[in-house]
Amino acid sequence: MSRYVLRFGVLGYLALVLLVPVGFVFYRAFDNGFAHAWHAVTTPEALHALWLTLLIAAIAVPVNTVVGVILALALVRGRFTGRGLLNAVVDLPLAISPVIVGLGLVLLYGRGGWLGGLADDGLKILFALPGMVLATMFVSMPFVVREVVPVLREIGTEQEQAAETLGGAPFQVFRRITFPAIRGAVAYGVVLTTARAIGEFGAVSAVSGNIEGKTQTLPLYVKAQFDGFDTSGAYAASVVLALIAIAVVVSLRILQPKEQ
Amino acid sequence: MGISVVEVSKRFNDFIALDQVSLAIPEGSLTALLGPSGSGKSTLLRVIAGLEQPDTGQVLLNDEDVTATPARERGVGMVFQHYAAFKHMTVYDNVAFGLSIRRRPKSEIRGRVHELLELVQLEGLAQRYPAQLSGGQRQRMALARALAVEPSVLLLDEPFGALDARVRKELRAWLRRLHDEVHVTTIIVTHDQEEAMEVAGQIAVLNEGRVEQVGSPRELYDRPANEFVMSFVGPVNRLGDTFVRPHDVELLLEPDGETQEAMVERVVHLGFEVRVELVRDDGQHLQAQLTQEQAEQLELERGQIVYVRASRETAFSGGARRPDLPRSG
Repeated sequence: MSRYVLRFGVLGYLALVLLVPVGFVFYRAFDNGFAHAWHAVTTPEALHALWLTLLIAAIAVPVNTVVGVILALALVRGRFTGRGLLNAVVDLPLAISPVIVGLGLVLLYGRGGWLGGLADDGLKILFALPGMVLATMFVSMPFVVREVVPVLREIGTEQEQAAETLGGAPFQVFRRITFPAIRGAVAYGVVLTTARAIGEFGAVSAVSGNIEGKTQTLPLYVKAQFDGFDTSGAYAASVVLALIAIAVVVSLRILQPKEQ
Repeated sequence: MGISVVEVSKRFNDFIALDQVSLAIPEGSLTALLGPSGSGKSTLLRVIAGLEQPDTGQVLLNDEDVTATPARERGVGMVFQHYAAFKHMTVYDNVAFGLSIRRRPKSEIRGRVHELLELVQLEGLAQRYPAQLSGGQRQRMALARALAVEPSVLLLDEPFGALDARVRKELRAWLRRLHDEVHVTTIIVTHDQEEAMEVAGQIAVLNEGRVEQVGSPRELYDRPANEFVMSFVGPVNRLGDTFVRPHDVELLLEPDGETQEAMVERVVHLGFEVRVELVRDDGQHLQAQLTQEQAEQLELERGQIVYVRASRETAFSGGARRPDLPRSG
């Protein structure tokens, strides 16, 4: 009996916290009919926002995946001073508010900042793509590391050492032994990184300048539509955002080889 | 030829794992590194493999100094206690790994892998994954994988340590036969003296990072260099300054001048062998090992008083480090 209470309790909680709010967004998106929703997400501004969001993710996710795997290897296998500090720094993006990250970038690259002069040399960071990519990379950094670290700990070093005695050079050992063992964790980390990169609002909002059709990502577009009283347009764009996230999760499920 | 370890030392922070260890391993031999945990035997094996870098000293493989050579270029085959099976690869791919790293032609690899799977009796299991094998099968696969690259040296780190007693015994006998077939210079690390004696032609006993004695199983048992070796290679009773093996303890029902009185505490029947646990009047415990026939003749019972004499005893002079020939009684 108590088993059922627990089961329905958990399901009810999930429904209330996760499913119902998202469900309402899907439902309300079509308040003014499908045509209106379709129109709302196919305006040049909306399409540009979609394209920009995907472009930023396409840069930030691969970089964070490669860097994340290297960091995870360093944290688990490395023997160097400052490892504990590095471990704490990796979690920083989870701990501090994204808005603060955005403001930090503004201070660093803005007028009078340490690297503020870059803009005068023609390399525009703030209110442009580089700043938005930097902000996105920062907030989505920890996921691959945090997924891969426990798996690396669990598999240990014996397989790698065996491969080494069999003649494997370091990169061969990584490619043929270590990577296949962590592949599942990397894939899951990529899913989380992508989801975070696509959905990021706070940090990107602080550095983007939010110029419609130029530096407006899809989450920023949603907020702008909402503020402009086009609620069903905002919901429709939200649905697009959610569908991309779901597509990422599903496609990785399909691509991932079956575990032995 | 073979393997030479010259004055190798290795420490991990404050712990001295190896202390000026020198050891010569003849080509084609099967040598056991025997010692308790923490004695440095595994570290020595890993230094020879190149997985651990010694602080000082040299490692020579076939007269060539390989101290600075990385593990992958030493041509050693290594087998680990917990198999180190490549979990995401089939048995076939595990065994083929070293050859495919060397970019050998596919047909050559196929022939060699099947030859090896036959040697380790896993012919039918080539397409299985390690998770589908028993512990003993996994370890035989690991052995085939190590042998595939035709190593000049085979290093086994407690290879049977994770297996149950029966499989362990089977694999020991099998390893002995395998070595007679392939003749590759082999080192096996073990903490089990019975395993070392059964498998190896030469045993090096290690303790606290030093080599206590090197010799054939018989030499170690009959002429141990010191108290440590004597007590490590078999059960031993201490009688004052001398040491007596349980099978060298004679039990008499009547005193005869050189005997000492003792009381039977427990009689343990182990099939053919009977172990008698005794306590002397000064409180010292000792064990005697008798045959069933001897025990029956004595009609031993708990609480009975018997008279004990050593038919053969060993004494070590000085600090128990210098060897001394045993006296026969």
